[in-house]
Amino acid sequence: MMPDDEFSNPGVPSEIEEPPLSTELEEDQTAAPESDLDLTAADPAVLADSLGDYVNAQWRRIRSGESGALPIVAGLIVIIIFFQLERSKFGSALNLVNLFQQSSIYVLLGAAQLFALILSEIDLSVGFVLGVGGMIIAELIAPPVNFPWWLGILCGVGITAVIGYIQGTLITRLHVPSFVVTLAGLLFFEGVLIELATIDKQAVGGVISVSNSSVVYKLVNNNIPVGASWIILVVVVALFAFASLRRAAQRRAQGLSAPPLSVTLLTIAAAAIGGIALVYICSVNRGLLISLKGVPYVIPFVGLVLFAYSVMLGRTRLGRYMYAIGANPEAARRAGINVNRVRRIAFVFAAMTAGIGGLVYASFLGSVSTGVDGGDYTLYSVAAAVIGGASLFGGRGKPLHALLGGLVIGVVYNGLALMGISAAGQYIATAIVLLVAAAVDALVRRRGANVV
Amino acid sequence: MSTSNSPAPAAEPGHSSSNGAPLLELRGITKRFGPVQALTRINFEIPPGQVTALAGDNGAGKSVTIKTIAGLWPPDEGEILWQGKPVHFHGPRDSEAAGITTIYQDLALCDNLDIVQNMFLGHERVTHLLLDEGSMELSAKETLKELHVVTIRSIRQPVASLSGGQRQSVAVAKAVMSKAKLVIMDEPTAALGVSQTRQVLDLIKRLASQGVAVMLVSHNLNDVFEVADRVVILYLGEMVAQGAASDFDPASVVDYMTTGRSSRAVGHSPVPHSAGRDE
Repeated sequence: MMPDDEFSNPGVPSEIEEPPLSTELEEDQTAAPESDLDLTAADPAVLADSLGDYVNAQWRRIRSGESGALPIVAGLIVIIIFFQLERSKFGSALNLVNLFQQSSIYVLLGAAQLFALILSEIDLSVGFVLGVGGMIIAELIAPPVNFPWWLGILCGVGITAVIGYIQGTLITRLHVPSFVVTLAGLLFFEGVLIELATIDKQAVGGVISVSNSSVVYKLVNNNIPVGASWIILVVVVALFAFASLRRAAQRRAQGLSAPPLSVTLLTIAAAAIGGIALVYICSVNRGLLISLKGVPYVIPFVGLVLFAYSVMLGRTRLGRYMYAIGANPEAARRAGINVNRVRRIAFVFAAMTAGIGGLVYASFLGSVSTGVDGGDYTLYSVAAAVIGGASLFGGRGKPLHALLGGLVIGVVYNGLALMGISAAGQYIATAIVLLVAAAVDALVRRRGANVV
Repeated sequence: MSTSNSPAPAAEPGHSSSNGAPLLELRGITKRFGPVQALTRINFEIPPGQVTALAGDNGAGKSVTIKTIAGLWPPDEGEILWQGKPVHFHGPRDSEAAGITTIYQDLALCDNLDIVQNMFLGHERVTHLLLDEGSMELSAKETLKELHVVTIRSIRQPVASLSGGQRQSVAVAKAVMSKAKLVIMDEPTAALGVSQTRQVLDLIKRLASQGVAVMLVSHNLNDVFEVADRVVILYLGEMVAQGAASDFDPASVVDYMTTGRSSRAVGHSPVPHSAGRDE
């Protein structure tokens, strides 16, 4: 018999034989000792003992292809600095808040597409599902139906969820690729959108207005009072700090590795600084004639949606199964997961999120028309998710990525509009950003994958 | 289902039971695919706590045999006895519920998930609807430690970053975690280098020493003679020889695999065999 610890038998140089997923062996001989290299892809938070270790681990991880969100954050900062240098108005409170309001639609679209992308599918219908959702909400809360706002929203979002279920069922039952089913959805729901406006006698020229006294209108256009904004911020940051510290303490108590305290505290500090900056910008009076300040309701609303999705994807079985299916549907099937059911649920979430986007759209414009540019919105949803870091090949992407990708698209649009660049220029610029983001992502990942 | 002779993974390494009661027994298993006779009256036994090698050339019926045991393809004739009782598996879920785990060559791991997540895939522990990561991580750690898988330093790294041998270890640990009594491994070393093959073979021995029965499907005779206590040889869909590994030598196994017979005399009877693992 071999000795008990045969896996670490010095006669078998196993550590050296393990090819780690890292480029460092070839490119950086001065880096950590070889035996550490197989750690490159692990979450640095669970490996590091000190802040220095953490930074090292994070850096190794980026270099090995697990780039996470950092490149896109860096890119976003570069774009913001560029626009600020070009147009000083860009950084004004009025413009920034406007930017947040605009971006919220792209963020939700990105989150919608994320559900399809994680499962290695695509949903081309989200743009017009957004239109249909917005149109239904606008019609239901307006005369002659006059639903209360919450019932209108419930119906609108509920119907989009049903749309997602139908599309998901067609995809899983008939084994038609999602590309085809949702392409049909793209055309079909544009037709439905026009039909909805035709049926409604209140629609003038295919436009349904949202009364500016309704809650739906106020979602984007009204603000949380400044005092309340600060109180909410303090509560949210305190909850986040409590949850982070408690989780680390629990892991230590169980004898598991936990991020060093300094890292936890820095994360909390970063979240606090981000929140303070956001609330501060929104608290500046941005009104021209009358006083206008406070955080628009849509910002915490989108935040709440993304938080719920993050918990669902990261901390529940359903989310775990979505990632598993995206990476290896056969493995998921053999593990006893009902793959088709999870697929259907993913399409429900995609369409439902598009419906929520329709709510924000109706609120933002104060009306919904047959002219919703669903085609563009669909493509932006893919762009937002991919720019943010989701993979078109499945199994990768988080709601945070949709937030970042949606913000990038919002910033590019807003900035170019400020610079007086035409629609043509805006399309071209967005295309370039998308290509650069995808190319950087592919390059970083290939560096990682080549070493396997 | 009776678990009277169930070889629970024991901390004490040893040959848990060689009392003659096989864990799994195939009797007259026949399988046809249209005009193709894939298996003809296959008989063999798998005792608990031992490594049984299923050898045979390409097309001998090794894959059909393991898929029949796993419940993917029910046999046309014959019966499967699991712990002494006839069973009818109607799918991989049935066989897994009984305690048979099959590790195919592709390992069925999700590259984007980490080791813990892969080991618990489909069996996640949940408290208040949320995944109980801490408890799963502890159990995964414990299982890997029992198997002496020490080259993996963080079990929170995605399996994409693991070597072939480590991935195989994760797949085995996943089987152990699901309390498998029989682990069927399909060509586990086919794609591995020398030292990783070494790791996997050691892992197989350790698995058997914990009381788990292992069926090793392989046509690599070095592997077979390195770890197997027993050998079953298929030739063109028929079982042509079975017995203690010590009753065979590489030459006779090659004879059986390529021609279906051997001039060497070997034990055909499934003799209870207890001391094949000492080297």
